[in-house]
Formats: sequence, structure tokens, C-alpha cells
Amino acid sequence: MAQRKSLNVNGKTVRISIDDPDMPLLYALRDNLALHGPRFGCGLAQCGACTVHVDGKAVRSCVTPLSSLTSQQKVVTLEGLGKPQRLHPVQRAFIEEQAAQCGYCINGMIMESAAFLAKTKKPTEAQVKEALANNLCRCGTHARIVKAVMRAASA
Amino acid sequence: MTIHASRRDVLKGAGALVVGFSLAATLGEVLAQGTKPLALTEVDSFLAIDTKGEVTLYSGKVDLGTGVATALPQIVADELDVPLNRVKLIQGDTALTPDQGPTWGSLSIQIGGMQLRNAAATAKAALLEEAAKRLDAKKEDLKVVDGVVSVGNKRVSYGELIGGKSFALKLDHAKPAAAKNPKDYTLVGKPVPRVDIPDKVTGRFTYMQDFRVPGMLHGRVIRPAAIGATLENVDETSIKDVAGVVKVVREGNFLGVVAESEWAAIKAAQKLKASWSKSQTLPDAAKLWDEVRASKVAKDEVTSNVGNTAEAMGQADTKTLKATYDFAIHTHGSIGPSCAIAEFKDGRLTSWSASQATHNLRKQLATMFGMPVENVRCIYVEGSGCYGRNGHEDAAADAALLAKAVGRPVRVQWSRADEHGWDPKGPPTLIDLRAAVDGAGVVTAWESEFFIPQQTAGSFNVPLVAATLAGMPAGNDIAPGNIFQNSAIPYKFANVKTVCRLETTPFRPSWIRTPGRMQNTYANECFIDELAAAANADPIEFRLKYLDPNDKRGIEVLNRAAALAKWEKRPSPKRDDRGGEAATGRGIAYCKYELARTYIAAVAEVEVKRSTGDIRVTKFYLAHDCGQIINPDGLRNQIDGNVIQTMSRTLIEELKYDRSSVTSLDWATYPILRFPQIPEIVYDLIDRPNERPWGAGEPSAAVVPSAISNAVFDAIGVRLRSVPFTPDKVKAAMKGAA
Repeated sequence: MAQRKSLNVNGKTVRISIDDPDMPLLYALRDNLALHGPRFGCGLAQCGACTVHVDGKAVRSCVTPLSSLTSQQKVVTLEGLGKPQRLHPVQRAFIEEQAAQCGYCINGMIMESAAFLAKTKKPTEAQVKEALANNLCRCGTHARIVKAVMRAASA
Repeated sequence: MTIHASRRDVLKGAGALVVGFSLAATLGEVLAQGTKPLALTEVDSFLAIDTKGEVTLYSGKVDLGTGVATALPQIVADELDVPLNRVKLIQGDTALTPDQGPTWGSLSIQIGGMQLRNAAATAKAALLEEAAKRLDAKKEDLKVVDGVVSVGNKRVSYGELIGGKSFALKLDHAKPAAAKNPKDYTLVGKPVPRVDIPDKVTGRFTYMQDFRVPGMLHGRVIRPAAIGATLENVDETSIKDVAGVVKVVREGNFLGVVAESEWAAIKAAQKLKASWSKSQTLPDAAKLWDEVRASKVAKDEVTSNVGNTAEAMGQADTKTLKATYDFAIHTHGSIGPSCAIAEFKDGRLTSWSASQATHNLRKQLATMFGMPVENVRCIYVEGSGCYGRNGHEDAAADAALLAKAVGRPVRVQWSRADEHGWDPKGPPTLIDLRAAVDGAGVVTAWESEFFIPQQTAGSFNVPLVAATLAGMPAGNDIAPGNIFQNSAIPYKFANVKTVCRLETTPFRPSWIRTPGRMQNTYANECFIDELAAAANADPIEFRLKYLDPNDKRGIEVLNRAAALAKWEKRPSPKRDDRGGEAATGRGIAYCKYELARTYIAAVAEVEVKRSTGDIRVTKFYLAHDCGQIINPDGLRNQIDGNVIQTMSRTLIEELKYDRSSVTSLDWATYPILRFPQIPEIVYDLIDRPNERPWGAGEPSAAVVPSAISNAVFDAIGVRLRSVPFTPDKVKAAMKGAA
């Protein structure tokens, strides 16, 4: 049975129609709201490509059932992190370091790093690597990603 | 400018040298008529300039995340003297882009880019000729800035010159038009930022996985429980509670579901009860190498034969060394599982996918559905990086089969398990090496045998899973991707290379980054290191001694890697090893890619923990000569990828399976390298602006496994001959050596 669900996504309240209250947030964002930032990678919370912020925390949207979210909780996706004219420092740093190959994992890298930097102001390189240890990249962009996060940290 | 009667005459190929623009239709009309030229011998196949001077570039080579969507326009914009942002790129659309071959083998710049450069240079020469007439000036007095030709205060733009027409100019890629003098390049050789990255970091980029078409449904596939199993029964009542299911599609052993929403399709695929016959077609994983060795040889090829190795091996004062190397089965491991959309309409099939070979896919789909190839159009939409022939084409076949069954466009997104379980694999590689060293320590013979699957002659079509399962025409070609390459060596001693082409190999094989060249270079460069150690010689000096003295670029790349790494000249292993817990070492590896192009030399520095067998690569140095560098920053990015991905493959990766199917179906069971394990990578990129550009997408990956193995030997005196170099294998090797 189709039912309505209210979410707060990128600062706006949105109402979506769903058949299954346990559908993961990822599919609401991608299929109901046509957002491209959060990406499907594994559906198992193993790779991080689907990462979004829920109340400022980095969360794997592929294993977050909609039923676990209230309309008060603030969901922020890559699209809501910064605007093209006013990028988040982490997004800016990723452009400045040219830190993407295919870029499929980059949503997760940016969202995870942004949440990490919000609570760790002056991280060491080792801390950045640890913070991203559960985000997978297959192209081998790791070195540039670390540089970009370090750049954003000192911005 | 000569105005020709009609574009049709030109296309008929009357043989006349065409030196001007035709009175043909505008590009818009050409597209509407479906007559966009695609031949490699036509400028219009590659290039169009509209009345506003906007350039459209049609490339059969596609950007797989490698940056060629920036580098190819860079080449063309520079050749034409137009700003980069006025060049629009269309990639991999069988209705619009010429068949420049699949995007593979490090050939996008080397072949694809040079065809585009030729088209641009040819177009520019014609534009200048026309401008000279219009401006009443000599061609050599003309200046071009941002697509505007001028002399004194007279000026005319490319848009005005072309006047909405097409070029109708012939191309001969064997005799390319004169390109600009390299010293005049303003974009080529510069670290131009990638055009796609801003959209990729803000969520505006549309990957294949994001792409949607109107009226589209969502499909999922349910693969057999075992490879080769037969579908016995499907219980559709098992999904009666899933809202939004449109159809269960069963065709032979192909099983799929189509639903209104993606989540409904996922749930239906998970819940659908199906029973499959038992099937055990895979080898016992513990005895894989015995099975490979015992596989029937379809063909025995000799890839090089110099001197008389048998005679040299038989000499009295000669010592013979032997070693066997193996390299595990790998999966592509794209972070985004394969995805495609297909639509059948009015007897025509349109397929959107991230295929690296849309022209080949078009033929495969036409064969699968028994359709004329003209009625199939394949369009490339960039997806997650693929590093070779992963599952993109198979997803395209799945989508087409489901779309046909429901009469609406269907999007198929593979699951993680679909990708790990069913993408074609990099085949297992087994290599035997033998060498003779005489009393004076001189290598007098080298013999090698490569146990690798055969390549179906003239075919690079990996059979489509859906076609095979559904019993539709699929063929059973074996296409691992010219993996005999780099079986022969660059060193000058009597040598014989035999490539055993095995009739079969477990799993459907395909190419994964640096196919064969990686495995073969690994064995060759480790074994040459074994010979250096046996001769008590410095490994670099030893290589230099046997390289062709006329191969100056090869010698330079080795010397520059040594300088970059501050190489200490001495034999391996390290003599001053004090036997502590952490041993350090360094290793060299060298490769001339396919013995014909890009040169690479690498030095790996490693730390080996004796108690655990853990290898950490601390630093990786690379000297790289691919001729003219188009974009040095793009090149570095690509090499980072080669080094890091290949470290992962070398140290960790190994496909797991039982007798029925793949069992490493996720990232927990098929782990890849993580951030804390990433080394510092230091480069010396040798730019040769006056040489032609060679490929860089693969070559630097070829030297990674051997550089690491050689460094481990330097550290602990133990030779690793089996990829991946897991801690258990390191400990076992140490135990064996003790």
C-alpha cells in the first residue's frame, strides 16, 4: 500500500510516496527525489558510496530504512553540502586537487570527510586515512583524496 | 574553397581528393537523416563546427574515468586554436561516433587522440585556405586566435568560414596532415583541469547509474545458484506481496523481474523462489594450478626465438635456474555495479550503457536478437570505472532482454553480488621460467612457458551472460585480451618464449587493466632479479648490461628511476639485515610496454613484518616515458590509479570460489586496499614533446607486482612467486627458506 512519508532533505521538507516503509533512504533520494549525489555501490554499508549526513553525521543511506527517520532529522546530500557558486571547502579542495578518476566513490569521500572535519579541526594525514578507512575507491585516487582533505582542513 | 555538388558523391568515395567543404546538409539535417558520416577516413566523422564556431568532437574512444574527456578536446582545441570550452565531446554513440576500436589497451590518446588530431589539422588547413581567399591574403600570413582568423585588421571566424556546412574532407591516418609545431602548443602538455570534476563533486554529473528515460521500468536479474545450473522451477507466488511487480521474465536459464520501482525490483529479486539444478563445473580451488597445468593445450605459440637455448642449457659449466610464478584470478571490482537501459521501439533497439566498446556491443546485441545491426543503436553513458571489460555489456544484454519482454524501456542495475559473481574475470596465469648462467656469471639462455587461455582468433567479444543463459545466439569466444603481450623480454640473451594457449580456463575470461602484460612482466622481472641475485650483481646494473644499447629511452628510464629513488648500488638481498621485526628493502622493475611503446621503471620500498608476514609498501618511485604528454596532471592521476590498484591486486586480491560458483561476492570476501595502506608515490614523468604520444592507461601497472616482490626479496631474502602476496604466503616462504 502506498503511503506518504515526510523527510527533511537539503533544508526542505519533502513528501514522498512509498510502498515499503523499510525502503532504504538511498532509493528515496535517488528514485523519488532524483538526486545523483548518493550512489549505489554495495547495499551492504561496505563501500561508502551512498554516504549522506543525517543531523551532521555521516550515514550509509543504503542500509538506513526510511522508517528509522523522522521528518525532523536533517538529511543532507552532496547536492546540499554546497552550491556550485558556493562550494563546501571539501568540495572546493577536491576540485583544486583534481581528486577524482571515475568519481563514483567521491560522494562518499566528500561526505565522510566533511563530517569528520566538522569534529576534527586539524587532523594529521594518518587520522584522515583512518577516517576514510571504510570508504572504498577502486580507481586508486586515495593519495589525491587525502591531499584534498588535508587542504580542506587547512582552509 | 571548392564547392562540391553533393555530399553523397563524396560519401560514395569517387576517389578525388576533396579539398573543400561541400554544399551538403547542415549537421542537424545530417543527423535527422541518420547519415552522419562514421568512416575513419572522413573529417566529418570526427568533427563539426557550427556557425557560432562551436566545435563538436565525435570520439569512438570514451572516458572511463581516465580523463580523456578532457585530454581529447585538449588535443583538438589546440590544433584548431579554439578555446577548450568551445569544444563539445560526444562519445561512444554508434549512430554518431566512428568505430575507433574499444576503449582499451592504453590507446585512447595514442590511436584515438592522433586520429582526432589528424582530423583537426586537416580541417584547420582547409579553413585557412578558405580564409586566405576571403581575406585576400597569403595562408602563411594568417593568424588564428580563439577560432578567428585574421590578417592585419581583417578577420573572419571559423563559424563564418564553415557557414553551417560540413567539411567533406578525406583523412588518411597513415599519412596524417601536418600538425602544429609542438613548441606552439598552448593546451597540449599543460595540466588543464578536468572538465568533469566540478560536476562529479557536486552531484550534478549523470552517470549511467543515474540516467533515466521516460516510461522506464526497473529490472533485476536472478542469476543461477551455480555456474552452468539449469532453472528448474520458479514460484511466482513467492513475490505476490511485493507491490509494483510488472513481470517475471523467464527465458531458458535467464531469470529476471521487472517492476515499477527500483526497490520493488530489488525486493522481488530477493524474494523470488527459484530452484536450480546442481552444477559443479569449477576446479578445486586448492588445486587450481595443477588444473591449469593439466589443461588441454589448444595451441602452442612461440613469441620469440633467439639463438639456441637448448645448446646453451646443455653446456658443462652452466648452472640452470628454474622458477614457477602464478597470478590469481581477479575481478574488476567496479565500485558502482554495472547498469544499463534498453528500449525496443518500432523494431529498433536503443541501448544505453557504460560499455567501453559500443560498436562491438551493437553487433553482439544484433546477433543475440537476430536483428539487422542497423536497427541497433548503442549509446555510451559514463559509469563507474571499469578497468576493462566488466559487466557493463552484460547488463546491457539483461536490459534488452527484459525490455523486449515487457515492451517498455527497462533499466537494469546489477547488485554487488551480481558484479562480483558474474563479471568476467582476469584468468589465472601460470608461468614457468628457466635460465642458464655460465661459469663467468653470464646469462646464456632464457626459456619461458605461459599457461594462459587461448584467444578466439579475431574476436574480442566476451559472450553476453543473458544470451548464454537464455539460449540465444551468444557464441563461446574466449577473449582475455591479447594476454601473450610482454611474454617476450627486452633483454638480449638467447631466449625462447612459448605461450601455451589453453583450451579452457575457469570462469569467463576478459581483460582487466594491463591484461597479460602485468602477469607476464611480473614473472619476467622477478626472474631477471633472481638471475641478478645469483650473479651477485646489482639488479639495475644487471638489467642495463643485457638491454639493447641502442634502446636509449629504455636505458634512460631505468637510470632515472634509480636516480629518483636514490638507488644504492648493491646486490640483493640486503647484507646488513640485522634480523629485527621489521625488515626493509627496495626492488626494481622495468618494462617496455608490448616491447614497442611506453617505457616504465619502478622502485618499490617495502617494510616486511617478520612475525606476521605483513608487507607494507612505504614508497613507490616511477619513471615514465610515454612520449609527448598531453596532460601531465591527468597522467599523474592515471598513474596513481595504476600503482594503487595494482598494489591492491598484488598484495590482497584473489577470487574465492567453490566447485559451483564465486563465493567472494562482496567487499568483505574480496577486500581491496584501503587508505591506511597507501604509499607515497614519487614520479619522474619524462615529457618528449617532439615524439608521438603513447599510452599511459596501463603500462605503469605492469611493473608493480615485480617491484614489490623484488623489494621483499631484498628485505628478507625470500622470493615471492605467487600473487597475491598474502601474509600467510610470506610466512610460508620464510619458513621454506629457513
